[in-house]
Amino acid sequence: MENKLIVSLSPHVHNGDSVQKNMYGVIIALIPALLVSFYMFGLGAAIVTITSVAACVFFEWAITKFILKRDHSTILDGSAILTGILLAFNLPSNLPVWIIIIGALVAIGIGKMTFGGLGCNPFNPALVGRVFLLISFPVQMTSWPVAGQLTSYIDAETAATPLALMKQAVHGDAGALAQLPDVWSLFLGNNPGCIGEISALALLLGLAYMLWKKIISWHIPVSILATVFVFAGLLHWANPEVYASPFVHLFTGGLMLGAIFMATDYVTSPMSHKGMVIYGVAIGFLTVVIRTFGAYPEGMSFAILIMNAFTPLINTYCKPKRFGEVVKK
Amino acid sequence: MRTFRIGGVHPPENKLSAGKKIETLALPKQAVLPLSQHIGAPATPIVKKGDVVKVGTQIAQPGGFVSAAIFSSVSGKVAKIDEVVDASGYRKPAVYIDVEGDEWEESIDRTDTLVKECTLTPEEIIAKIKDAGIVGMGGACFPTHVKLMPPPGNVANILIINAVECEPYLTADHELMMEKPEQIMVGVSILMKAIKVSKAVIGIENNKPDAIQLMAKVASAYPGIEVMPLKVKYPQGGEKQLIDAVISRQVASGALPISTGAVVQNVGTAYAVYEAVQKNKPLFERVVTVTGKSLKNPSNFLVRMGTPMSMLIEAAGGMPEDTGKIIGGGPMMGKALVNADVPVCKGSSGVLLMNDKEAGRGEMQPCIRCAKCVSACPMGLEPYLLATLSAHADWERVEKEDVMSCIECGSCQFTCPSHRPILDFVRLGKGKVGAIIRSRKK
Repeated sequence: MENKLIVSLSPHVHNGDSVQKNMYGVIIALIPALLVSFYMFGLGAAIVTITSVAACVFFEWAITKFILKRDHSTILDGSAILTGILLAFNLPSNLPVWIIIIGALVAIGIGKMTFGGLGCNPFNPALVGRVFLLISFPVQMTSWPVAGQLTSYIDAETAATPLALMKQAVHGDAGALAQLPDVWSLFLGNNPGCIGEISALALLLGLAYMLWKKIISWHIPVSILATVFVFAGLLHWANPEVYASPFVHLFTGGLMLGAIFMATDYVTSPMSHKGMVIYGVAIGFLTVVIRTFGAYPEGMSFAILIMNAFTPLINTYCKPKRFGEVVKK
Repeated sequence: MRTFRIGGVHPPENKLSAGKKIETLALPKQAVLPLSQHIGAPATPIVKKGDVVKVGTQIAQPGGFVSAAIFSSVSGKVAKIDEVVDASGYRKPAVYIDVEGDEWEESIDRTDTLVKECTLTPEEIIAKIKDAGIVGMGGACFPTHVKLMPPPGNVANILIINAVECEPYLTADHELMMEKPEQIMVGVSILMKAIKVSKAVIGIENNKPDAIQLMAKVASAYPGIEVMPLKVKYPQGGEKQLIDAVISRQVASGALPISTGAVVQNVGTAYAVYEAVQKNKPLFERVVTVTGKSLKNPSNFLVRMGTPMSMLIEAAGGMPEDTGKIIGGGPMMGKALVNADVPVCKGSSGVLLMNDKEAGRGEMQPCIRCAKCVSACPMGLEPYLLATLSAHADWERVEKEDVMSCIECGSCQFTCPSHRPILDFVRLGKGKVGAIIRSRKK
């Protein structure tokens, strides 16, 4: 009897949470956006998503086994699947399979496993993959199929995204803003773009689920969205001919996807609530700056990666409010 | 509804023994009374082998200012003074008494009559509390008389009674409130008189509505005593958290709780004070919860100090086959016992039996920096950072990151999705930094 008693330090209970539950929780939160992508892009969305997930899981398994030579594989913890889905969500639905596989290799190989695997990577792996592809294959990465072509893949008909139109307006094309779809259809997702980013509604449903399940806190998404709204709103207020309305900014491009699913990545975002707000505000600000004044139409990925780099600094200087620091009466 | 402002978690309550009347446990054959049942210097024995003692006979005197007297919980003969493994897991000197009959000291009033009147001066009350060997009954076991004598420059203006019982499973305080509310109120009044305050607040979490209702009803007849329902959140029973919850003031890092003007005493301590001051009964028995999911009859027992835990478990239906861990106290802060023969001490609020499945820890995974430990920490610390720095033995930075503020409540480790032993490492850091600070003072 006595020999089998466990003697360990307190606490002796655990709330039952696990890495898997959090990762699969995020994946569940991505389901509405995934369904919208299948509804809008059909076959193309399916091919891109499946390829990306399979490649990410494969590379994680292969690198763990043959390069790191660890016995314990981490492919079941859900993080590689999540990276795969998020990478796919950041790609157009007509991207050739071989480019997707290169993206997955960069995301998992360089973005994640180089640093030691889960928990060690300074940059969001899916964004590392996406930005690598964007810079390496600018043509393929910026041709956007028109929504609704369910059976086409590489042969899909393409069109300019709302963000490209907004950029044209900034560069002096006076009629560009008038060609934008109305805010409501942008909100629902009926416009060209990366497969997972088009429907703000579906992504917001995912946000609600993650907040309800306490997978993430509100600080990062809310501070990003609020900053973009205010900053883009100020520009629009100054010159509505050139600068699109803040609602268009909120519902186009990767903003919702980035604010809700990419910037909130546990590993690469700050630890204190104060730090999260600073991080979120900076991402929102940088995104609008890049969208409006930068070379690329979309700035979300770059903004998040830049702030990922600042996360250790933010963690060093933004400490949570210690107990007892509250000013006494 | 009020609660403390930083962090906190909600462990499943599992109050299996709630509503079970307090039963008096049979006497043990031998009582083992450790000389160190409190924080501070161990008590010095004043009996020797062969001495005959009665229930309530003093057997050890305080070994210093921060120390407490110890009284025999049984009548019989001192068998030996030897070591015993107590709840801390260490060997400590103890007085072994072979039980013969149940003869009490004549000075103790054994009737049930409620004695409300107390004409003693504050100094006399504190002396009586000290002479009865009373310590904080919540588990920390800080000698009560020391807390009632604030150091110069500090003035108490409110007494806070800790009836939170935020540890899952434990119901000893709850049951005590249901059965002895009048006695507790008299005890609270006496404590108020001892520290010269006119206001006392009894904090009870609102998962005990029956106790809140009963205590509030009884309190209405006692001037200055108020019952405050608190929102359920762990670790509300921590002294600093409770002060924050009740009067919205936070004890500064390194300062004494009295600096906020509050003196906190456990509800069980208030009852012990009543018995000591009004009934001349020193502290030699207490209410202990015996509980566990596999246990047949989770119960609340009135137990003499020095009774082996195994007797309590026997009385509650016997040790379940699948017991994997025996915990002295609650699951969040209690200590895993090395065997079931550990004696009940002044700070033993419960015995919790965990089955094989619950006893182990989950498989550790890499830290994913989810910041859930940061959100959970009631002291506003960064547990993940303290644990990592401790693992790297960077004591200088561990100290700078305020490791000494950690109250070891375990909220961080409880919430960690990666099942990391955060608190193990923080404790290591706390121990090392504590030693470094002490050596610096020398």
